[in-house]
Amino acid sequence: MGIEYANVLIMLLVAGGIGALALIVSALLGPKKGTRTKLMPYESGNDPTGTARERFPVHFYLVAMLFIVFDIEVAFFYPLAVAYGKLGAFAFWEALTFVLLVLVGYVYILKKGVLEWR
Amino acid sequence: MPDVLVVILKAVALAFALLTAFAYMTLIERRILARIQIRQGPNRVGPLGLLQPLADAIKSIFKEDIQVSAADRLIYTLAPFVSVVCALTAFGAIPGGPPNSLFGANPWIFNLDVGILFVLAITSMGVYGIFLGGWASGSKYPLLGGLRASAQMISYELGMGLSILGVLMIVGSANLREIVEWQYANGLLIFFQILGFATFLVSAFAETNRTPFDMPEAEQELVAGYLTEFSSIKWALYQMAEYINIMTSAAVMSTLFFGGYRGPAWLDAIIPGSSEWPLVWLILKMAFFMFLFIWVRATLPRLRYDQLMRFGWKVLFPVALLNTMLVAAYLAFLPGYSYWLLGLIGLFVLVLGLALSSRRAAAAQAPTPGGD
Repeated sequence: MGIEYANVLIMLLVAGGIGALALIVSALLGPKKGTRTKLMPYESGNDPTGTARERFPVHFYLVAMLFIVFDIEVAFFYPLAVAYGKLGAFAFWEALTFVLLVLVGYVYILKKGVLEWR
Repeated sequence: MPDVLVVILKAVALAFALLTAFAYMTLIERRILARIQIRQGPNRVGPLGLLQPLADAIKSIFKEDIQVSAADRLIYTLAPFVSVVCALTAFGAIPGGPPNSLFGANPWIFNLDVGILFVLAITSMGVYGIFLGGWASGSKYPLLGGLRASAQMISYELGMGLSILGVLMIVGSANLREIVEWQYANGLLIFFQILGFATFLVSAFAETNRTPFDMPEAEQELVAGYLTEFSSIKWALYQMAEYINIMTSAAVMSTLFFGGYRGPAWLDAIIPGSSEWPLVWLILKMAFFMFLFIWVRATLPRLRYDQLMRFGWKVLFPVALLNTMLVAAYLAFLPGYSYWLLGLIGLFVLVLGLALSSRRAAAAQAPTPGGD
């Protein structure tokens, strides 16, 4: 099995090599005539105002945090799923308890309206 | 060591095959879109427009590589690179045939026991490329596009991760080759896991930012989303990553639910040995799904962003969880039964769900005319 992970590394390196090659070739070949207006950030033909890395709605943070919570839930499920055939009915009740616990949190965020985008 | 050499050769061949397939998929997409809209599509450059991808590639390489003055230099260059590397690497896990069927070599780059998890993990790393690209551009539209893209992709990743759990439970392995061989012995998983397949298909559309979920690009609302400030090869690398991700999800869907590289066993009676043609079946199945992606693009309108997030969290996630628990209950309490009953239950739930999500509910959520 270890050798397969070495193969993953090879694939990563090959993919990285191709990506780097594309970037380098294009950087060497294209014309380079940057003017001030050409290098201006896009803003529908107006002069840009302010910075483009502004504060953004808290919704995105909430979604990211909820994703972490629920993705950990999913991560707990994988080993259970693969070994499920060997575990039998007891594993089902355990999984159900876990899912119900998580669902309490899910219903709470639903009622709080965290997932509502105006 | 010749073994290492073979793997390197296979990796290079796969990468170039994917790049060629990407180039021709753009052409095929334009041609099919055109056919659906009763027009011709690109047919001037070469016979049937076959040299169009080459012309596009040469053009994009010789384009000026503009880097906006407000951009973060390092991350701006690195972001498309990350996207394309993740997209290319993930495909290496897809098995293309039985062992030693590719001129004596194995028709895959790596065969991990956690195969499907590896594919999900690497493809979701693509979110970094998109978000960092949007952030590093130093312009406001890319920031919004990147934010939307990352929120959308992580939301639908939940549904995607949950919808394969049924498959893993039935097969008892996460190894892609074992999943294919299980289906060859016991029947295609689409029959037993139709609910899981439906949720996986929808999340695959959202994960690859395709219509109806192409909010991150949404050129009528956000200019071009996270792509706004990218030019020449960096733009092409993003497109490449997107299309390679489509191919990967097509391959994953064929492998998980449609028997992967194995053809139907009954065909062996008519054409002996046809169920084992290496690669042919996988490519045929992938072609079907890629056509489906294009077809959907041509026929469905885009969702609104709030509808998209609501659908991901309030419909897809619970349905995928329900599917998981259905399979778990079935396997725990009816251990000896045929899986066909499970498939019927899944089909019933799917039809019921579609019937319940009536047009009236959709109309109730639509903004009132004149309001807002």
